[in-house]
Amino acid sequence: MSSFSTPPYLLMNASVQRVMLQVLAALIPGIAAYAWLFGPVILVQLAIATVTALAGEALMLKLRDKPMSLFLTDGSAVVTAWLIALTFPPLSPWWLVVTGTLFAIVIAKHLYGGLGQNPFNPAMIAFAVCIVSFPALMSQWPAVGLKVTFLDQIGIVFGTFPRLDALSGATPLDALKTALKLEEGQFSVAALLANQELFGFFAGRGWEWVTAGYLLGGLWLWQRGIISWHAPLSFIAGMSLLAGGLWLYNPAQFANPLFHLFSGGAMLGAFFIVTDPVSGCTTPKGKLIFGFAAGLLAYIIRVFGGYPDGVAFAVLLMNLCVPLIDMYTQPAIFGKKGQP
Amino acid sequence: MLQLFKFKGGVKPESHKQESANLPIRTAPLPTRVIIPLRLNSLTTATPTVAVGDAVSKGQCIASAEGRMSTGIHASTSGQVIAIEDAPYPHPSGFSARSVIIAPDGEDRWCELTPFDETNADPQSLRDYLRSAGIVGLGGAGFPSHIKLSPGNARIDTLIINGAECEPWITCDDRLMRERATAIIAGARIMRRVVGAQRIIVGIEDNKPEAIAAMQAAAAAEGKTNGEAGISVVAVPTRYPAGGEKQLIRVLTGIEIPFGKLGFHYGVQCFNVGTAYAVHRAIAFGEPLVNRVVTLTGNVDQAGNWEVPIGMPISEFITLGTAKADTDRYLMGGPMMGFSLPGIDAPLIKTSNCIIAGSPKLFPPPAPEMPCIRCGECAKACPIELQPFELYWHTRAKTFGKTQEYHIFDCIECGCCSFVCPSRIPLVQYFRFAKSEIWAREKEKNAADQAKARFEWKTARDEREKAEKAEKLAKAAAAQAAKKAAEAAAAAAAPADGTAAAEIPPPATAALPPAAATPVDADAARKAAIAAAMERARAQREAAAPKNTDQLTPAQQREIAAVDALRQQAGIEPVPEIPAAEEPKS
Repeated sequence: MSSFSTPPYLLMNASVQRVMLQVLAALIPGIAAYAWLFGPVILVQLAIATVTALAGEALMLKLRDKPMSLFLTDGSAVVTAWLIALTFPPLSPWWLVVTGTLFAIVIAKHLYGGLGQNPFNPAMIAFAVCIVSFPALMSQWPAVGLKVTFLDQIGIVFGTFPRLDALSGATPLDALKTALKLEEGQFSVAALLANQELFGFFAGRGWEWVTAGYLLGGLWLWQRGIISWHAPLSFIAGMSLLAGGLWLYNPAQFANPLFHLFSGGAMLGAFFIVTDPVSGCTTPKGKLIFGFAAGLLAYIIRVFGGYPDGVAFAVLLMNLCVPLIDMYTQPAIFGKKGQP
Repeated sequence: MLQLFKFKGGVKPESHKQESANLPIRTAPLPTRVIIPLRLNSLTTATPTVAVGDAVSKGQCIASAEGRMSTGIHASTSGQVIAIEDAPYPHPSGFSARSVIIAPDGEDRWCELTPFDETNADPQSLRDYLRSAGIVGLGGAGFPSHIKLSPGNARIDTLIINGAECEPWITCDDRLMRERATAIIAGARIMRRVVGAQRIIVGIEDNKPEAIAAMQAAAAAEGKTNGEAGISVVAVPTRYPAGGEKQLIRVLTGIEIPFGKLGFHYGVQCFNVGTAYAVHRAIAFGEPLVNRVVTLTGNVDQAGNWEVPIGMPISEFITLGTAKADTDRYLMGGPMMGFSLPGIDAPLIKTSNCIIAGSPKLFPPPAPEMPCIRCGECAKACPIELQPFELYWHTRAKTFGKTQEYHIFDCIECGCCSFVCPSRIPLVQYFRFAKSEIWAREKEKNAADQAKARFEWKTARDEREKAEKAEKLAKAAAAQAAKKAAEAAAAAAAPADGTAAAEIPPPATAALPPAAATPVDADAARKAAIAAAMERARAQREAAAPKNTDQLTPAQQREIAAVDALRQQAGIEPVPEIPAAEEPKS
């Protein structure tokens, strides 16, 4: 009479695609601020990454003999692509973004089994691979107020306009670290932050609004129930705790927590990276540990390490620990609380 | 006001109750035949006490209850027994069960009914009476009520009456509470007496305000007439599966009952409102359980609730609502935990609370299954607080030991995880598969253990026999030697005293048999010690690894039996040796 079907017959209107589309939507405030403050070239980078990700996805789906339309439209590759474009410098040459994206989709995602199987966050793999391979290009960040026309920006990306070192500088985070290191404590943080070309109200000039946009999108995702509060809050707590402690200990040497939270990849990391369900922890306690440790590590790497930002490496290191953390943080079940 | 507790997880599917909730319960017309299965649960099939051709009255016992889990089976209308044979049984696998088929005579004439005078009856006689009246849980599992009413030495403090009815579409309990609240309260009062409970709490989801009002009024009236306090009717938040027994107990008392434990281990016991009503009918009117209210809803022109005779064929029942043209299936039970009927020839049985006509529009085919993205929605929705996605991974990997570490047997198969899964993974099916695999493996292991025990016993017996034989031979040889010695002695002594010497055994040979026996005894003692040690080791093994096939609810036993039947059909395994082999194999 009826075809084979199984209970429950009533299903909620939910799909992987819906989840991914909402994540993309949540990125839009940050992207808007980005394009407004640093030029629309970021949109070009987003497009390059998206096309590359979909092409890489299609290729791998074909090689793996998987249903093409089902997986190409799930939106997961586009989320990876956008996160890559947003973590790379906006004036990166096109091939850098393509390399990073292909590495993420082909190697970090599909060679590990595709959707849902990757132990590491693909976007963070892309960042790590490129910053290790092309450290100079990955460190050239534009400052607000850079007077380069949109066409010239596109020219820089595609190599038809000279990549002038003068055009690109370091991130506020990097500038702070370099200055503090070079000057051997002669300059205080307060003096550096007074540099209005580089620093804005509470973090890097311009970047503070971009990261605030990510925060806004992240809060919306939390309100929609797409992400839980555990990982973002504990990430922010981990970073703030360390930053706050050191800042209180020596405010001349260490920037305040607010600066750190709104600089670099902290906000993007807190709401869009450590919340990645595939490569992150799944238990509530596990998420807290994962987020907290990633926040601590990100701070340590960005302040004491050799890289301009530490979020990517912190997340990848914590990805390694996920199976262990999950194993030891299984929640007690109904009727068996307070029992081993 | 009673303090309410929360259970974690749960979902809020669209209720669809208004479709059938507004019309009063109607009495279904008599069907052309009734099919009354003799199957009580997976382990018990009753023996018919009527023969083909017999005339039966409504309420007449037609099969005897044998065994602790069994209950009486009665004719649900008057007529003639036209067959006792295998007939379709409402089950997802579509198997047949031996059934008594009655052609109604149209008079619907009751047999002589004698109300049970409960005022001076002791609990045991009440339980026996309810058992003979065929009272089982009408909420879904069909667990024999007399068992749940036997707390043994446990002290029951709270009797919970379950009127939550959390599954979408179903409204039979809602209507029953609105229309027959007094009878439900009366039944609850009897059950309270049988279990010796202090208080009664009726839990009803707050989307049924009319039912709550009716039940509160009935409880208040009961308090006035009988001067009894301690009946509270409580609205509980509407959230599936609030009507699950464990969830409702949690909400009303804060007690969490783990898998493998029953309510009375914790001083509570829970019954469905329909069961309370049936208890009242049985005690006050002497009516055995032969009718029940069934919701007919979904893709039909006239949804509603009907009081039907048990055994009414579903094919005839669904004509009462006129299914729409695009109806492509019928569900028995709710859309969350019910099942798609393989055919409509099967009858309505005591646990059938609802028939939903389904259409592609009402229940669209699920989108293709995607890989799990570990989003954890299933874990958030799970009322048992399991990690369904972990269970899913381990089931896929067939690492069933791991699924047990992640508590697969605590899963109540409520379907919340499948409901929310964005990857559209039929998680519940995976878990059922894992459970059936584990059961099958444990059964295989049990069989192997038994074979091993048999082998060991046989080996021990062979050895013993050998030893006995050797002993016998030794004795015979000794006797022979003694005889020879005696003969020799006799021969020697013959000239002197022939007869006397032959009759007196020489002292040396008389001592021989005990001496020969000693090593044999030592051997036997050693063997006994080995056997005892093996027995101890086996007991330890069993104590260390509790079996999931112990402590099963009848629903689970049914499930196992059904799975076994399917496995047999599929030729996966040989016929099992336990009574489940009685399962019809069509």
